[in-house]
Amino acid sequence: MKISRRGFIVASGVVGAGALAVGATQVNWTDLMTAAAQDPLRPDTGVLVVCTLYGGNDGLNTVVPAADPAYQKARPDLAYQPHEVLDLGDGLGLNPGLAGLKKLWDDKRLAIVRGVGYPKPDHSHFRSMAIWQTASPDSPQPTGWLGRWLDVTGDDPLRAVSIEPVLPPLMAGQRAAGATLPVTGLKLPTGAIGTSFSLMGQPESGESPDQARVARSIADLHTTATKLGPAVKPSGANQGQLAAQLDVVAGLVEAGVPTRAYSVSLGGFDTHADEKGTQQRLLTELDQALSAFADRMRRTDRGRQVVTLVYSEFGRRVGANASDGTDHGTAGPVFVLGDPVHGGFYGEQPSLTDLDNGDLKESTDFRDVYATMLRDVLGEDPGKILAGHDTVLTGLLA
Amino acid sequence: MPLLDDRAATRRLLDRLGFGPRPGELDALAAGGFAAACQQVLAQAPDATPLPDVGAEPPAITKKASAAERKQRQKTLRGQQVTAAQWWLDRMAGTASALPERLTWFWHGHFATSVQKVRSARLMLHQNQALRGLGGGDFTALAKTMIVDPALLLWLDGQQNKVGAANENLAREFMELFTLGVDRYSENDVREAARALTGWTVNRDAMTSSLAPKRHDNGSKTVLGITGNLDADGFVDIVLNRPDSPRFVAGRLWFRLVSATPPAADVLDRLVAGYGPQRSIGGLLRAVLAEPAFRDPATTLVKQPVEWAAGLMRALGVQPSKLPVTQLEAGLRGMGQVPFEPPSVGGWPAAQSWLTTSAGLARLHLAQLIAEHADVSHITSTAAAGSALGVDTWSQRTATALAGLRGAQLAAMAACAPEYVVSQ
Repeated sequence: MKISRRGFIVASGVVGAGALAVGATQVNWTDLMTAAAQDPLRPDTGVLVVCTLYGGNDGLNTVVPAADPAYQKARPDLAYQPHEVLDLGDGLGLNPGLAGLKKLWDDKRLAIVRGVGYPKPDHSHFRSMAIWQTASPDSPQPTGWLGRWLDVTGDDPLRAVSIEPVLPPLMAGQRAAGATLPVTGLKLPTGAIGTSFSLMGQPESGESPDQARVARSIADLHTTATKLGPAVKPSGANQGQLAAQLDVVAGLVEAGVPTRAYSVSLGGFDTHADEKGTQQRLLTELDQALSAFADRMRRTDRGRQVVTLVYSEFGRRVGANASDGTDHGTAGPVFVLGDPVHGGFYGEQPSLTDLDNGDLKESTDFRDVYATMLRDVLGEDPGKILAGHDTVLTGLLA
Repeated sequence: MPLLDDRAATRRLLDRLGFGPRPGELDALAAGGFAAACQQVLAQAPDATPLPDVGAEPPAITKKASAAERKQRQKTLRGQQVTAAQWWLDRMAGTASALPERLTWFWHGHFATSVQKVRSARLMLHQNQALRGLGGGDFTALAKTMIVDPALLLWLDGQQNKVGAANENLAREFMELFTLGVDRYSENDVREAARALTGWTVNRDAMTSSLAPKRHDNGSKTVLGITGNLDADGFVDIVLNRPDSPRFVAGRLWFRLVSATPPAADVLDRLVAGYGPQRSIGGLLRAVLAEPAFRDPATTLVKQPVEWAAGLMRALGVQPSKLPVTQLEAGLRGMGQVPFEPPSVGGWPAAQSWLTTSAGLARLHLAQLIAEHADVSHITSTAAAGSALGVDTWSQRTATALAGLRGAQLAAMAACAPEYVVSQ
């Protein structure tokens, strides 16, 4: 994938969904674009890429305590042997599918935060993913943590983009929401139908909130396509879904578009049965996509500011089930990688013998990870976004 | 609160309990008044169209299979899946008896099963036919059929669940997503319920499931406070007898057919009364239609992509299987919804989730594809576009946007207007 310099100039004024609040007056595009052209993203500005692993990735077979007899005993047919894993020290090793991440680890550019979870873990995919994406473990929250970050960044043009057709809740705010950009880019129609489509995005006073949202999404589409669309040229190469998403992100970062946060994802981790092969295949896809992305990002000033966060809604039960798989569990490891990262372990490895009803006990609150990203990558006070939570992981970035 | 007039309420009825009007349908149905229209729609029974013959499932791949053999199998499966989806879309777009089809679609999103893991269009169609046959009857029969449905068992690892070490997937999702709602049971209930569901196996060729006694846990289990040697049937009975269950089922139907805002307590009581001890889905629908909220102009819904596309094809008289299938599928995929492929067991999202920037463009492309394959000679003005799509009045914004267009372009853009993307 190539992203043109010209694309960057045009692209540097993105306003995504939500910047036009329902009933708000129309944004003056000319003013915005002038301002954006005069003020592109500084090359030393931090950029966050959030990678969600849907389905509940088995943390114990990702960062593997292979030498621990309790691990071997809990899942005899599912366990990796010590000689199979990629040694990290501390009695832990990476899944054999994660060879590229092992290189990043050796290079001190990969941090592994251990035992990440939240109090009173929920075993429902949907509830647990909602908790992770809203950063609200105690009560349901209509907004995602990056959505609230968008809300508090005031009048700046919107700067969060999801490289997926459906917007993940983590990027939905009260006033603002991230834009979506498919890997294939956005090419608007021209001529009479193009003019008509652009007019269809105008707000109409007195219309129902749902209709106003449709109109706004059409207006946001036009902005996104005009500013980001030309920058994306599909490579056409036959590559995995995540690699394609990260390719789009890499191109946008290199072009200097003013996006500060990106969302990408990989699904399929709900391995209740025949887990070992499936998970290793998925982790290999993750590994290849992430390490190619990390290598590419090393090569430019802007790329060297990029930090990637990888998480899943929960880990899995310590003991295997009868189907050579594992059922829904609790805490798991989180990866943070990139040039600004100080590699190594953070947080304690949960005990395999002191369990909570067959599940790992969390040792690190997931909001510590988010607070670190907000403070040290996005430069925002985490307390404003995480309901006062401002504990960070010392030394991971700053 | 001013209610929708009879005509507007009838249009909503056609949208929510069907896939929108076919040409002339709204005028005909509205002429007799809303109450009569409700009776007519509720009386609709499924068309007796036989399932399509997608051919035999390709034989399972052995470890020795070459890359070419794997690829060929994959291709065959994909082809069968496309045929199945086309067949269903044809029904949605063409049937005069839309309610059973709409309920089948609702239950598909409820007992959300994906062909991506089941890997068999035949089994998906088998499940689809069960949903069609039972979807307007009693929830008890539907739930008892689904818990041992071959596709659902494969989807939620029910076949892997056996005595000695249970697999909890089906037990948990059945309570959380199909019958009770989250937090209406304990983690221990999940573990015990999984034991009650042990032993079911699937015969893919025969499209049947059966209980293998040796794999079933015959010990005593306690689920939701009731102890016994529970099996699948007994487990379903316990769950459906919980007061939480009718409320949950009524709430899910309300969410998809009426409003994203949950029903008020008194409304929910009336819905549950309509559902009754028989657990009658028809009774529940009747209660929904009797609610003033069903005629409240404020209870709009963003149409799901398949509902929007099927509705547009109904309105323009286009048969989905006559469209270039690759483009049809790309359009639906770009909007985020392909039949038989829900993203997870939780089903599809709703409301604003469909209104992403990229979905907006996919919607326009699909609208253009459909309109180009339609006879649009009668759509000569914005007013004519409105009457073709069942929209009485366009806003000033939309009228301005449509002013310069004609023919297929006019029809396509009208279908992308907020007034049509949202069910009024």
